[in-house]
Amino acid sequence: MDAMETVTAAINKNRDFLTELDRSIGDADHGINMARGFNAVMEKLESSPPDSLQQGLKSVAMTLISTVGGASGPLYGTAFLRCSKIAQDKSTVDSELASLMLNEAVNGIKSLGKASAGDKTMVDALEPAAKAFDASYKSGCGLLSCLQSSCKAAREGVEYTKTIAAKKGRASYLGDRSIGHQDPGATSSAIILEAITEYCKKTG
Amino acid sequence: MKKIINNPADVVTEMLDGMVAAYPQYLRRLSGTNVLVRANAPQPKVALVGGGGSGHEPAHGGFVGKGMLDAAAAGAVFTSPTPDQIFSAIKAVDGGKGVLLVVKNYTGDVLNFDMAAEMAEAEGIKVMKVVVNDDVAVENSTWTSGRRGIAGTLFVHKIAGAKAQAGGTLDEVKAVAEKTIANVRSMGMSISPCTVPESGKPSFELAENEMEIGIGIHGEPGIRRETIKTADEIVDQLLCKILCDNPLKSGDEAAVLVNGLGATPLMELFIANRRISEVLAAKGIRVVKTVAGNFMTSLEMGGFSISVLKLDAELKELLSAPAETPAFVQL
Repeated sequence: MDAMETVTAAINKNRDFLTELDRSIGDADHGINMARGFNAVMEKLESSPPDSLQQGLKSVAMTLISTVGGASGPLYGTAFLRCSKIAQDKSTVDSELASLMLNEAVNGIKSLGKASAGDKTMVDALEPAAKAFDASYKSGCGLLSCLQSSCKAAREGVEYTKTIAAKKGRASYLGDRSIGHQDPGATSSAIILEAITEYCKKTG
Repeated sequence: MKKIINNPADVVTEMLDGMVAAYPQYLRRLSGTNVLVRANAPQPKVALVGGGGSGHEPAHGGFVGKGMLDAAAAGAVFTSPTPDQIFSAIKAVDGGKGVLLVVKNYTGDVLNFDMAAEMAEAEGIKVMKVVVNDDVAVENSTWTSGRRGIAGTLFVHKIAGAKAQAGGTLDEVKAVAEKTIANVRSMGMSISPCTVPESGKPSFELAENEMEIGIGIHGEPGIRRETIKTADEIVDQLLCKILCDNPLKSGDEAAVLVNGLGATPLMELFIANRRISEVLAAKGIRVVKTVAGNFMTSLEMGGFSISVLKLDAELKELLSAPAETPAFVQL
């Protein structure tokens, strides 16, 4: 759960950047909403420390759902809720569990948001990230190395969102005017993955 | 940014308290939430729950009262309320006859209201949902999120609210809400942006001679940018798109909403309405009800939207039924 501290710090650091991205093609609040949500997560984890990985992830999910708002709240909340279900009674995350979690998170986001790759959403960062993670895992890489490949794929996904028009979410109302701008949701997804990776690197 | 506020993080909660202080005869706030409910909720009738992001005042709390909404959940500025808030609203106003959720078509709003509906159903409350998508500026397609819900939502609140007040069943109230949605079309434009308090920056920049056509209600850019025209030309352009999408014939009856986005003087709304009434009269369309004012705003955005609702006998009767709310009173 210490990883959430790194994630929250990264979200806070990028609050204005994410909001600025959203200002171009949305309603200028993504960074504000994400920062409010993750700061609430930190408060929640500090005030009632979870006694298991599963409970901690569930607590993260429920706090995001009840504080972020917009589409991002339910979507990120669902992602963490799926991770919580996958965690079962495990106490640490190894490569195998991380792969299951990442894939389940992507499935949860896709089914709730009814989005597919190419719609200019967080799926465009997370789906390639999950695939890259699995490819590294199958080739025998360790957790950190798998995470690093997934971050690279997520960033490529973010770059890809610049080239396409949005089909889902509020940017879809702009049609082709959304081309040229990177998707704020894909960007925050990449930032979260990078923060988790940074935490993993720090702690070994 | 220049605004009459205290702390940018407190705008929603302070606004809600101020609204309740102004209209205690209609409203109360559910403690610990950002939900406004009718002062005398729950009532022994089908309840209507609306809501959405803040920044659209008087929507949505301003439409809570007799003959319209039973509760409105307020999210952060331009951000859907969260499922727990909407769930609190549903629980507080359910009078045993079921609850209809009136949702505007935005990914976030739909997701959060759906989650709240699931929570309510798990507790045995009968919940149904309608999604308003009146904005003709946005082209619809199976591959996108579809059209947005904007000011035409006011008619849905009014008509479905009247049906519920008259003792309609949940199915009947939902049916009349859907009929209203099927017959209302809207389109908006903007001449100046708005600033979300916590962001502190204007939502977009427009040159002195520019306007955005096809604007939503969240400060987002419209479908295109053009050189500004006269009021009559702008009205013709918006009405043309609205009437192309929902053709009204000579002899049809309609209701019109000329909705200010926050910073447009009523003078300009009436100037626009003069042209609207001319164009509709020339087509032989009889306007039986016109509403002009600031109902579904986008903070201090300059601009307006036009909504045209095609009426039949049932919609006309429900539209003319009494309503007593902070922002819409009809005796």
